[in-house]
Amino acid sequence: MNFHFTKYSLVYYIVSGILIIASVASLMVFGLKFGIEFTGGSSMEIEFSNQRPSNEDITKSLSPLNLGDITVQPTGNSGVVLTFKGVDEETHQSILSEINMLSPVEEKSFQFIGPSIGQELKNKTEIAILFALVAITIYIAFAFRKVSRPVASWKYGLTSLIALFHDILIPLGVFSLLGKFYNVEITIPIIAALLTILGFSVHDTIVIFDRIRENILRQRMDQFEQIIDLSLNQTVGRSISTTVTVLLVMISLFFFGGQTLKWFSLALIIGLSAGAYSSIFIASPLLVTWQRWGKK
Amino acid sequence: MSQQKWIFIGIILLAFLAGNFVYPNYFDKGVDFLNGKFSWKLPHFWTRPYVLGLDLQGGVNLIYQADLSTVDDKAAAMGGLRDVIERRVNLFGVSEPVVQIQGEDRLVVSLPGVKDVQQAINMIGQTPYLEFNEQRDEAETKKIIDKIKELQAAEEKNEDITKVKEYEMAFLNPYFKPTELTGKYLSKANVTFDQTTFKPQIQLVFNSDGAKLFETITARNINKPLAILLDGVSIIDTNNDGKIDEMDVYAPVVQDKITGGTAVITGNMSAKTANDIARRLNSGALPVKIGSPISQETVGPTLGMVSLQKSLWAGIYGVLAIIIFMVIFYRLPGLLASLALLVYIAVTIAIFKLVPVTLTLAGIGGFILSIGMAVDANILIFARMKEELNQGKGVSVAIKEGFLRAWPSIRDSNINSLIVCAILFIFSTSFIKGFALTLSLGIVVSLFSAIFITRILLIVFVGQRLEKLKWLL
Repeated sequence: MNFHFTKYSLVYYIVSGILIIASVASLMVFGLKFGIEFTGGSSMEIEFSNQRPSNEDITKSLSPLNLGDITVQPTGNSGVVLTFKGVDEETHQSILSEINMLSPVEEKSFQFIGPSIGQELKNKTEIAILFALVAITIYIAFAFRKVSRPVASWKYGLTSLIALFHDILIPLGVFSLLGKFYNVEITIPIIAALLTILGFSVHDTIVIFDRIRENILRQRMDQFEQIIDLSLNQTVGRSISTTVTVLLVMISLFFFGGQTLKWFSLALIIGLSAGAYSSIFIASPLLVTWQRWGKK
Repeated sequence: MSQQKWIFIGIILLAFLAGNFVYPNYFDKGVDFLNGKFSWKLPHFWTRPYVLGLDLQGGVNLIYQADLSTVDDKAAAMGGLRDVIERRVNLFGVSEPVVQIQGEDRLVVSLPGVKDVQQAINMIGQTPYLEFNEQRDEAETKKIIDKIKELQAAEEKNEDITKVKEYEMAFLNPYFKPTELTGKYLSKANVTFDQTTFKPQIQLVFNSDGAKLFETITARNINKPLAILLDGVSIIDTNNDGKIDEMDVYAPVVQDKITGGTAVITGNMSAKTANDIARRLNSGALPVKIGSPISQETVGPTLGMVSLQKSLWAGIYGVLAIIIFMVIFYRLPGLLASLALLVYIAVTIAIFKLVPVTLTLAGIGGFILSIGMAVDANILIFARMKEELNQGKGVSVAIKEGFLRAWPSIRDSNINSLIVCAILFIFSTSFIKGFALTLSLGIVVSLFSAIFITRILLIVFVGQRLEKLKWLL
């Protein structure tokens, strides 16, 4: 295979540009719907033994308990996930008995997160993401410290950082849409998935950059562009294979795994696909574009 | 070559041991069969149970925030709190309760298999917190009352009361302030009867430190009231309205310095109430105050089982899909990499059992992810091998070069993933911790399996013999 990757850089930039603008727009308009782990509150998963009552009936039966905003999200055949403000165990039990009067249920799980814990988690998440970004950039700059011609090593770091933002923004955009239209919340598993995407996407970029590093040292090619194309052709098969193997397990988890891991695996599926795309079509072409600009 | 054969045999042995350790049923069946046939007495395989997290086996997880504002030695106080709650939780009769200190002032209580959460919370949280408060001086009292008025005024104007300077002061009791003497110095409480009135009274007996404290406190409060509070309110119903609330103040006036370390609580109470209070005090006064839980997670037993089974099946389907993919695209090396992957899975699960790593849904998610990533190193190596073969090199040279040349990128990308795992781990939420732990363990073991095991398999199976069968590579 010999594909002239860098020739179509503009096309890749446009495709990614559209996706990123759409994601940012969705994030700005709809925002993210954070789960109770971050906002504080209660969530309760129940399963009705008989037919599931309507959402209105459930909300109405709970209205005397003053639970603030109640969201009722049906799951499975006869299950429901309720989210409402933080309550103590006593209120939790009265909620259960109210619903039991409506129609017999079995409680599958209940979670209550105090506001202080939620805020703390939010801060921790921000710090963790920041940390991960900084650590990864430093690591890449360090790993490529010996390659300085014709592109300085920090440019590799910065380029992979741009690819990283790309890979994180797109799943975030998708989740902001899912949150708006399907009530999908940003929960801890999804944050874990996003942080993993950070690692994995760089993983992919490193393999390609590594090849570029090797080709620069080994081959005496005049054109940086040619080296990039050669390196991409040498690594593209591997990039696709690696992504496919991880996607295989994640798709299997999405369809067959339980509720908790469903959105976790979806975040990974989107992020890893975006990551594979950006390593091949964004990170390396950016190096070329950047080098060309420098020449002018 | 013979050295490599020994390593190969070692790997097979490792795979056999790990596989049977993970799933001993077949081995045990075989042993039963042989024992029955030849009347041998072969033992079953060494068994060790999986340690399942709360989300998989069901139960409740509670997080408490301790109020350490009055404590100097915070670590010691938390340690004491943990011990008391551990004792109480053990009484509750659940299989393996865990009480852990998290951060500086949090206590995490995990009760697997608990059904009555309300009762559990009552038992943990409503343990009595006994305190002895002395009177504030007038200036302080006035200051606090003024602050309360200031806050009320701010509230009426709909202003943010947290903006008021020193607003926390308004939440203090204006008349009494805590002393160092709390329930942790109590050694026991008895119910006695007054010699003349025959009314029930509660006798508090302090330990030696508590006795000294009580002596100093009574000495400096002669002719002043000393309030005794249980869980922040009066210990008995002083205004006889049938309930104990903020309106009740039990604050006997100290007549003289009290030595000997006993105090007596008198007042209008029935023998039953007195017994109740004494029992609560005896069952373990908490050294620091905790309110109701600030976080609660309850998982029903069926949900955990269902999620476990679902994610296991998802993992199995995923592995099958990877094997099919690898064999189609990388033929013989792909098959060998799949074998290495199976060894990897067995070894990793065996490590989970051995350590033991508490398995949670998140952990299983991380492990399944690591399975997908485990073949990455092999894919890199095989791609390199193919390149070397295409350049016309011999098979064994190509294998050697492939491993050698792929190593820097394998190293760099795995270090990267480990960096992210480390950051996730510092992050300290239990879900993420479980995820990061299994993922990083998976990465390390997969490096071993992808590089070491696959290499040996390739050398032993392919070696020089398959020089003619290059198409298989």
